[in-house]
Amino acid sequence: MTEWPLWEIFIRSQHGLAHKHVGSLHAPDSEMAIKNARDVYTRRNEGVSIWVVKSADVTASSPGEKEPLFEPANSKVYRHPTFFPMPDEVKHL
Amino acid sequence: MYAQMVDTGAKRLRTSEEMSPEERAFQERIDADIKIEPKDWMPEAYRKTLIRQISQHAHSEIVGMLPEGNWITRAPTLKRKAILMAKVQDEAGHGLYLYAAAETLGVSRDELIADLHSGKAKYSSIFNYPTLTWADIGAIGWLVDGAAIMNQIPLCRCSHGPYSRAMIRVCKEESFHQRQGFDIMMTLCRGTLEQKAMAQDALNRWWWPSLMMFGPPDADSVHSAQSAQWKIKILSNDELRQRFVDQTVPQADYLGIKVPDPLLKWNDERGHYDTSPIDFEELYNVVKGNGPCNRDRLRTRVKAWEEGAWVRDAALAHAEKRAARSARKAA
Repeated sequence: MTEWPLWEIFIRSQHGLAHKHVGSLHAPDSEMAIKNARDVYTRRNEGVSIWVVKSADVTASSPGEKEPLFEPANSKVYRHPTFFPMPDEVKHL
Repeated sequence: MYAQMVDTGAKRLRTSEEMSPEERAFQERIDADIKIEPKDWMPEAYRKTLIRQISQHAHSEIVGMLPEGNWITRAPTLKRKAILMAKVQDEAGHGLYLYAAAETLGVSRDELIADLHSGKAKYSSIFNYPTLTWADIGAIGWLVDGAAIMNQIPLCRCSHGPYSRAMIRVCKEESFHQRQGFDIMMTLCRGTLEQKAMAQDALNRWWWPSLMMFGPPDADSVHSAQSAQWKIKILSNDELRQRFVDQTVPQADYLGIKVPDPLLKWNDERGHYDTSPIDFEELYNVVKGNGPCNRDRLRTRVKAWEEGAWVRDAALAHAEKRAARSARKAA
């Protein structure tokens, strides 16, 4: 007997935020994945919309690549507004 | 606790010098409170221990539905019945969050379930006791879920990302369980003499097994040091047990029922309650499979799994047929 495939579940909460990953579950197909996600992840009105994605379809960055992947951002502190000191008397900046 | 006596494979803690460079870096991340995520390198023993611990926890949630499910059809009112169904449904959800967390460690759901059914994997000793009266449902929510919360709140801070996130979800839902149990106890204690006697009888039977849930005394917990170093166990068995006693005795006083321990006494000097020694032989026996309901619980789980096999197979066959049909249409 084969196991049902694994699905990653994303839920949009009531507050107009983006869908957020909440966990995973097994289901035979996408329709059942949504029904199961309703029961497993929204028993207390946690969401107004559900996305399901087959876990096998997710490509993730690997922890080993963390440095080459994210290092370029570290050296560009000028991307943050706090990089530019502003005189106190100047307003609305 | 929900996970008791989890084997870490370690006889003693290794010093930093004895560790491989990878392992040392791993331990340093844990010491710095950085979470370990599924794709991160981890020592094999950490991975195996966590699979044991999380799956034991998951199995406890699932087997834990049985003693309570026993009373769904006999709940005294429609309101109590609806509440109990919601609670039991939560336990199923908790089991699923935890199975999913364990699966990130590279074990399949079917393997986890097979290990439960073969008796290789354990579940909490507490669920091997029978629920004889409706008051037991109150006592389980109040004491057993109370003890579970005590253990699970610190686990929200554990080093393994998926386990800690599962614990956070579980904790959010668990206090409903404890309160509904206390509410049942309050109603019984404010009822007739017979009802109050039922509440007392439930406390008598569930008190010691609840204290045993926290596991063996610290002196006999050979694996605790390793689990603590890995931050998959945050507080010791005895520490948690003491907190539970200190918190629960005043609640029993409020209900007007008596904790079944003749030596129970507030110790001003320690700032804690003293209790009689706990009969840990009973715990070891129940864990070994000799509790009042061990065989019945496993038999029920295996039967549900086997009788549900055709549903799982049919759903999969249906999904495959539909996928093939839409692929043909697209071609």
